[in-house]
Amino acid sequence: MQAGFAMPGWERGIPSTQVLDSAGTVVGAMPEFAGDAAELVRLYRALVLTRTFDTKAVALQRTGRLGTYASSLGQEAVSVGAAAAMAPDDVFVPSFREHGGQIWRGVTLKELFLYWGGDERGNDFAGPREDFPVCVPVGSHPPHAVGVALAFRLRGEKRAAVCVIGDGATSKGDVAEALNMAGVWKVPAVFVINNNAWAISVPRDKQSAAATLAQKAAAAGIAGEQVDGNDVIAVRAVVERALARARQGLGPTLVEALTYRLCDHTTADDASRYRDDAEVSRHWAAEPLLRLRHFLTNSGRWDKAREDALLRECSSAVEQAADAYLATPPQPLSANFDFVYAAKPSELAEQQKLAGLSAEGAS
Amino acid sequence: MTELSLVQAVNAALRRAMDEDARVLVLGEDVGIDGGVFRATDGLLKAFGERRVLDTPVAEAAIAGVSIGLAVQGFRPVAEIQFTGFAYACIDQMINHASRLRSRTRGRLTCPMVLRAPAGGGIKAVEHHSESPEAMFAHIPGIKLVMPSSPARAYGLLLAAVRDPDPVVFLEPTRLYRAAREDVADDGTALPLDRCFTLRPGRDITIVAWGAMIKESLEAADQLATESIEAEVIDAATLKPLDDATILASVARTGRLVIVHEAPMTCGYGAEIAARVAARGIASLLAPIERVTGYDTMMPYLRTEAHYMPNVPRILAAVRRAMAYA
Repeated sequence: MQAGFAMPGWERGIPSTQVLDSAGTVVGAMPEFAGDAAELVRLYRALVLTRTFDTKAVALQRTGRLGTYASSLGQEAVSVGAAAAMAPDDVFVPSFREHGGQIWRGVTLKELFLYWGGDERGNDFAGPREDFPVCVPVGSHPPHAVGVALAFRLRGEKRAAVCVIGDGATSKGDVAEALNMAGVWKVPAVFVINNNAWAISVPRDKQSAAATLAQKAAAAGIAGEQVDGNDVIAVRAVVERALARARQGLGPTLVEALTYRLCDHTTADDASRYRDDAEVSRHWAAEPLLRLRHFLTNSGRWDKAREDALLRECSSAVEQAADAYLATPPQPLSANFDFVYAAKPSELAEQQKLAGLSAEGAS
Repeated sequence: MTELSLVQAVNAALRRAMDEDARVLVLGEDVGIDGGVFRATDGLLKAFGERRVLDTPVAEAAIAGVSIGLAVQGFRPVAEIQFTGFAYACIDQMINHASRLRSRTRGRLTCPMVLRAPAGGGIKAVEHHSESPEAMFAHIPGIKLVMPSSPARAYGLLLAAVRDPDPVVFLEPTRLYRAAREDVADDGTALPLDRCFTLRPGRDITIVAWGAMIKESLEAADQLATESIEAEVIDAATLKPLDDATILASVARTGRLVIVHEAPMTCGYGAEIAARVAARGIASLLAPIERVTGYDTMMPYLRTEAHYMPNVPRILAAVRRAMAYA
């Protein structure tokens, strides 16, 4: 194992996968999709686009043009890798830090800006219509993924649900209940832990005495494994394998992806209150974009001109989306009354009238 | 027409809903071979198989959460929670997810699920089995809340709940499960989810109650009639949305209002009804609004629960206080 973090699963019989080390050197078996250079470039582009979006989102928040925002800096490979393993008609059930996966799945940058800018229309995805919006209350969404996956199984569809949670969420009762139920019913679901080492200010070793989070799968009777979460090739490979098993009716998998939160918890957080800069600096050496760029460059598939062009393309896409978001007027205030129920009860219509908001949408 | 108890009516409604719509599923603890601890799902496993009647692990939050996933995917899950004392574990799922998916996705994802649970005291159950948490669920925007008080209304309202496009919490008065039988037409006819039921007309005073308290309220009205006091008894049944028009119209005629519920008084659902009548019916009130409720204590264990629950003498006393105002 190279720089970054140890994967203690190795010593405990828990499968642990790494393909590229932090220098971009191949240290594991290359999965089939990696034979296609264009596919690797596509993954790299997704990582860069996610980081470009992230940077812009933080800048917009700092200048009062976006709400509180949870950056995914350093964790892009977990999200992108998991989503890239999915089929388009699978369902993504993400936590609030999975912008990369959402973008891969077809959620538009403008929709993401709208959502984090405080506009529910950002969750009305034009692309992946069945994907869930991000879950803000930590770890309460894995039961939904079990329900979605159960629906697929009952209908005999070869679809699956992929749910991403954080390391902190693994302490929640809902997560234990969901993994257990998923195991009993052998539903086609894959649960990915974005273990970024910190749950706001609480480090991983104070979150659980378990040596790995992957081993929580054992208690639920399901498969559990670890993967280098900064290695997008490895994440995608592991989740693809888990999804293949799920589709064959072989049951769910819990994948612990080890990564590191290079950013604050959110824009409302100041991580310098609880962790050393030195620790953060150390982890920059293992971040996910660098290693894939090294690998692509060393294998002759990437150069400075391509890098510059990609950065320009991503920047332009993000700027355009930000402009489109900023130019979008807020919803009429009446919209808050329009989506509580399918048919508005008279008591709600009366409150709307009292608020001076016509049902037609004028405010 | 068949004579059914309330729990048999629930069973008949579930059977009818599952017959007419293959998307309807039943899930919960012991709902399968055991037919539910109160037998509400008796025979459903045999009739519909284990793909539509799912015994779950003992995990109330996930029962609600899995139902959300199923509902979003187009199923019509009817989840059973064995007792309302265990339903609090579902409240996070109902507040943070079931109720607000429609709003937070601006209509893209919806959650047509029913959360059923027996509620209320009077069956000498163990602790945590006798509470009446309707106000807690009624406080959640996006949820509908129903508490039937007779076999026929349980049948019609449960069918409506299953067919409704939004999440419905359906609280069944445990004490009435087998208390009485009545003719129920098992013909698939649903009752509206936004209407009170006027069970007894009367010109002198309005009694509003729901669930098991309808029984006491009707008994009180019978006794009042022997004293030439005609009480109008309204079953508020669909607490959310509340048909306050029926209540206001009644109070406009009687000028007096007594609200009866088992749950504690403070922040009980009676407070909401009283507030609406005070706001929009105060001119017709001839007496202060009376509330006959459980006390702001724990729901007592079985030896003393009868002293907690509103009964006919307490209702009569409240009516007499209200009638004493000239």
